[in-house]
Amino acid sequence: MSETVKNFLYLNRKAPYGTIYAWESLEVVLIGAAFDQDVSLAFVDDGVYQLTKGQDTAEIGMKNFSPTYAALGDYEVKKIYVEQESLEERGLTLDDLQHLVWEDEDDDWAEKDSIKLVSRAEMAALMDESDVVFSF
Amino acid sequence: MSTLHTVNKSPFEKTSLDTCLKYLGGGASLLLMEDGVYAALKGTTVESKVKTALDSVKVYVLGPDLKARGFTDERVIEGISVVDYAGFVDLAAENDKVQAWL
Repeated sequence: MSETVKNFLYLNRKAPYGTIYAWESLEVVLIGAAFDQDVSLAFVDDGVYQLTKGQDTAEIGMKNFSPTYAALGDYEVKKIYVEQESLEERGLTLDDLQHLVWEDEDDDWAEKDSIKLVSRAEMAALMDESDVVFSF
Repeated sequence: MSTLHTVNKSPFEKTSLDTCLKYLGGGASLLLMEDGVYAALKGTTVESKVKTALDSVKVYVLGPDLKARGFTDERVIEGISVVDYAGFVDLAAENDKVQAWL
């Protein structure tokens, strides 16, 4: 495998279940995690809806893939950026979202928060700093 | 003629809800479904627009789609009725036609 490590940013802007984008994006993240690149996930606009707690899809006959977000920490995906303005426009707070964590092996496997709340300006800087942006 | 209008996209993603609201006649019903259910929630930037619609038409939201997205009935704007699929069928049967806004 090549020594080059790039910063990948997966930009999520769509709500879950109404279209397939949210699930497809997650699948690409998991596949990419196998290649040891520097991965960040960004949730902007309706993308913030992907992370809500308590998703119960039994009555719509679709698979509930929200537990997969909780598993991201195990795949070394621990940089998850959620935009504050997008939450506010939708009447949401961090408390409406799943509490995503990762375990730091360099700190006695201490559980740390994966979600970082950022402003729109900080999100812009993040996009600018990324080597590659995948949009979903 | 009574029409059941359905909106299945998020008000933040598409202008479908905005456009639909311009065409609602007296006696019409509006059903928010799939990603459209996000318009039924309290505290969003489109809440006042939806509340205004409630003054002239009956507004419904599809419960199964709310649950799938992690929201309970308490998060729904007062005045909007939560229906299940059987309720959706009843609405379609009670109205003269269904007009879907995609």
